Amino acid sequence: MTAPLILEMTDIAKSFGSIPVLKRVSFDLRKGEVHALMGGNGAGKSTLMKILTGVYTRDGGTVKIEGQTVDLYGAKGAERAGVAMIFQEFSLVPTLTVAQNIFLKREPRFAGTPFINGAEMVRRSRAILDELGVEIDPDALVSSLSVGYMQIVEIAKALSKKARVLVMDEPTSSLSESETSALFELVGRLRASGISIVYISHRMAEILSLCDRVTVMRDGQTVMTENCADLSVARIVEAMLGAGNAASFAWKDRNVPSTARPVVKVRNLRLDKRIEDVSFDIREGEIVGLAGLMGSGRTEIAETLFGRRKAVSGEVIFDDAPITSQADAIERGIALVPEDRRKFGLVLEHSVGANIILPNLSRFTRRLFVQDDAASKVVQDTINDLSIKTDGPEKLARLLSGGNQQKIVIGKWLVRAPRLLILDEPTIGVDIGAKSEIIDTVRAMADKGTAVLVISSELEELMAISDRILVLHSGRIAESVNRRDIATEEELHHAIQGHKHTAPARGAS
Amino acid sequence: MQSKDINTPRPRAALPKVQLQNYVVYIFFAVVLAFFAITIGDKGFLSVTNLFNIARTTAMITVIAVAMTFVISAGELDLSVGSIAALSALTCGLVMQAGFVWPLAVMAGLTAGLIVGSMNGFFVTVIGIPSFLVTLGMMQFVRGLDMRITYTNPIAISNQTFNSIFGSGSLFGIPSLLIWSVAVALLGFVVLKYTGFGREILATGGNRMAAEYSGVNTRRIKFAAFLLSGAAAALAGLLYTGMMQTARFNFGEGAELMAIAAVILGGTSLFGGKGTILGTFAGSLLIGTINNGLIIMGLDVSEQMMVAGGIIILAVAFGKKPTN
Repeated sequence: MTAPLILEMTDIAKSFGSIPVLKRVSFDLRKGEVHALMGGNGAGKSTLMKILTGVYTRDGGTVKIEGQTVDLYGAKGAERAGVAMIFQEFSLVPTLTVAQNIFLKREPRFAGTPFINGAEMVRRSRAILDELGVEIDPDALVSSLSVGYMQIVEIAKALSKKARVLVMDEPTSSLSESETSALFELVGRLRASGISIVYISHRMAEILSLCDRVTVMRDGQTVMTENCADLSVARIVEAMLGAGNAASFAWKDRNVPSTARPVVKVRNLRLDKRIEDVSFDIREGEIVGLAGLMGSGRTEIAETLFGRRKAVSGEVIFDDAPITSQADAIERGIALVPEDRRKFGLVLEHSVGANIILPNLSRFTRRLFVQDDAASKVVQDTINDLSIKTDGPEKLARLLSGGNQQKIVIGKWLVRAPRLLILDEPTIGVDIGAKSEIIDTVRAMADKGTAVLVISSELEELMAISDRILVLHSGRIAESVNRRDIATEEELHHAIQGHKHTAPARGAS
Repeated sequence: MQSKDINTPRPRAALPKVQLQNYVVYIFFAVVLAFFAITIGDKGFLSVTNLFNIARTTAMITVIAVAMTFVISAGELDLSVGSIAALSALTCGLVMQAGFVWPLAVMAGLTAGLIVGSMNGFFVTVIGIPSFLVTLGMMQFVRGLDMRITYTNPIAISNQTFNSIFGSGSLFGIPSLLIWSVAVALLGFVVLKYTGFGREILATGGNRMAAEYSGVNTRRIKFAAFLLSGAAAALAGLLYTGMMQTARFNFGEGAELMAIAAVILGGTSLFGGKGTILGTFAGSLLIGTINNGLIIMGLDVSEQMMVAGGIIILAVAFGKKPTN
């Protein structure tokens, strides 16, 4: 690992108003290296990357690319320096073709004329895509591609501009399992061809398997830079949280009495397409994890429990009576924290308080009028209980960080003290500090008797929080395992992938 | 995406920008009033009669715009209101002409509005057609119906009780049209700001899916908004009738656009989720004041339209959030 340095950022400082966000941060990148940048919300990693990609201007420090000092001012400056950002929220035009997107605003012309040479554009696009080893038709409309392919087109676009440093921000957050492994292969090829990558992610397993080095930031400083080979998840978590805060990530054996009565009984549930025959119970005070591949129908199960979806056959019995509609489900104490909080969980342009009150309006309404005094007291209690970091209940939900937004979505249901709480991918895009707080909140709910169903793609999270884990495979519950019987994450991983490789199946209950 | 709250530069201490945007309509209103007071104050602009006149001529737009605030806040649009006003006027006129008592005629007019409103609501919430298209079609259809009913002949209204209550009369020296518009605005203000229904309207317009997942029946809410809009437009039609002591097929032509302008000027978001009835009231008065002042200044109708249009664009531009 003695490849030459391609990027050296030294003593970078940046303040917003009087608030220092970066305090003399140094970061470097070798040629052909994948370097993970980690840290909680507000740690400063986004700011650092925005300086690197020319969005922000640094207050102090130097940036060298291949030994040359560069200014990096504006998107053009970054492009000249060979730095490109692969956006998390994709910046392609869906109604144009792949080739048109790759060469947007830089289309090749017929010599000496202002007319675009479409054939040449397609030819060059194909050359780049071939080099990347992906089969994408340059003439295909971007809107017809899956999210994974769109990301590859982004990468192709960056490479067509001769980028040598790519910044990838949570690239796998909306990819399926197979797309993720395709992306990892691609990253491997990029690395082999000498491209350097700054890789931002919250997913530990991903980082340890993919990256060469890890840098962890906390409070505007780098607190650790190490070779991946020398690191463990525990050490990274500790660096991110600071010593002593990592406790909630350790699994706690909560010992739910097997005599506790089931709150919900799912029997032979069949939903169109993916779910064929699913049965399980969740008992009072029990936290059940639901594992399975993305797109395996986990969200559909959650929506059926919440009364949003009708079963083709089979039934959901809640407290001895079937769920008839979403209104019925909410009325009887079922709460759903949906997968995409920005789309389904929050009215982003409304205040924190308004969002918390929304599902509880009927409770605060007397003779048509909303009792704002009573409501605002509950809002304040919720903000305190979940330690939602906001300037006040009037602040717009949009302005909060991902973790605090998620706490609002959870908080608005906690006001109702639900009997069954369903969390669908509760910690996507949530930093590790908020993540551990959310885990604590969920445990506290379960301790008070709430039945909890947690759906997650992050095995580490399921392993930390669940009392029992259901593995969904091919439309059925392939396994139902007590957490205390699972020794390692790998065991669970194999079970999800199709449990042929595992030791004798522990019969589904 | 991370650390957004830190990266967003804090607004500078003294004058937070956001606040100013919310008051643009009032500031514009004050400026326009002051301008006319100085330039044409001596030509009768400031006389009580003229100020009441402004209030009277804007009453119909105000009534329509208050309900439009609900529709727009819920993320929809209603272009059929002008046609509904004329339909209600003609229905009411015909019932009276047939010899029935005026309260029955009023009920008939309002019912006509509710029927069209429920049709709008049905096509938007049940069939799932965008409200812009549904109500555009409905605007045409109902206006055609208006013309067909009496073959464009006006119906004279001779019942003085009706005319007095719905337009020409006054109470303690205050024109009844002013009383109607203030009453409707007050009701709208209270409902939007302080009731569960108002909150559900805003949540539906702010993020329909999030509202759904929070247990709000967003279809019912949108349907109710169109019903409100139909009823308010019908009431406006009765006010036109009372003021003119006649029912005509062309009442309310262009009223839908004036009402939408008043709503947006007032600070309600065209995309839903944020609505203010006080702003709408001020927006409606602002438009009425501009028209009135320009007439007194002696501008030609063509010039009035150009100036009024320009001022609306200017006011909305000032009220717009800066885009990064």
